[in-house]
Amino acid sequence: MDALDKKIIRTVQNDFPLVAKPYEILAERVGISENELICRLKRYKDEGQIRKMGAVLGHYTAGFAANVLCAWVVPPDHMDTIAKAMAAHSAVSHCYDRTTTEDWPYNVYTMIHARTRSECDAVVEELAQENRLTDKVLLYSVKEWKKTSMRYFEEEAAVR
Amino acid sequence: MLSLSDKKILNAIQTNLPLTPHPFAELGKLAGLSEQEVIKRLNELRDEGYIRRIGPFFDSDKLGYVGTLVALKVKEGYMEKVAAVINTYEGATHNYERKGKYNLWFTLLTQNVAQRAKILDDVRALPGVEAVMSLVSRKKYKVNVKFNLK
Repeated sequence: MDALDKKIIRTVQNDFPLVAKPYEILAERVGISENELICRLKRYKDEGQIRKMGAVLGHYTAGFAANVLCAWVVPPDHMDTIAKAMAAHSAVSHCYDRTTTEDWPYNVYTMIHARTRSECDAVVEELAQENRLTDKVLLYSVKEWKKTSMRYFEEEAAVR
Repeated sequence: MLSLSDKKILNAIQTNLPLTPHPFAELGKLAGLSEQEVIKRLNELRDEGYIRRIGPFFDSDKLGYVGTLVALKVKEGYMEKVAAVINTYEGATHNYERKGKYNLWFTLLTQNVAQRAKILDDVRALPGVEAVMSLVSRKKYKVNVKFNLK
């Protein structure tokens, strides 16, 4: 990643212009041509720095008013099989394998979305039975203090 | 209320915003709408909260960032102040108060482990913070939120 790459990322991660030629506007902000911006973005997509060009919908859009973070104790020998099976469930939006601590044995984290809390609980039961897991903890949120998208390479811009 | 053409646009744009000079004209072809109609409707859907964000979504690992989920035990009466400090970190993108013995959970992305260690030390030293766990992500099996609207 060179300085121009970082400048491009800082620019395109902000509001995407909903106009006929959005890449032309973004390219102007970066100070390069539209064609060069499109070429760079295609390269990031091919190389995987961009995992998707698209949109994320609000959960309510799909009628999902409830969600829960569920942490599981998955036997390490079966990690790959079980984590992939849980990730394949349509109600699961995120599935991560994480490190544990002495008093916290849970190693897999799934974010589950459904219309109601009881539907969330039902998905958890389904995942538990299908994967023969008994040790889990449901981490329902009480309050959202912050929810934003990551803005990369901003600190470097502030220093300059 | 979402119309049939709204759903077609939303299903398409979730995974494929074309990298071409006129991306919305291409999306319009899928839903039988003109470029201008797509733009107008997307603006409305964004304003109404149906769309949370449009554009590129980056793979934090590939950009060289390291990620962790941090869980805190915060003493009663200190929650608001602790949460406010966490919120000031650029890399703390999701910060939730949850039920359980660990009652504040936030995700943290930093450019390296030294930066992360510094933030965790600062958090550990905050008044009211009784314990801190950093649960580092070893493998991401799913990160994509995609909904199929019917």
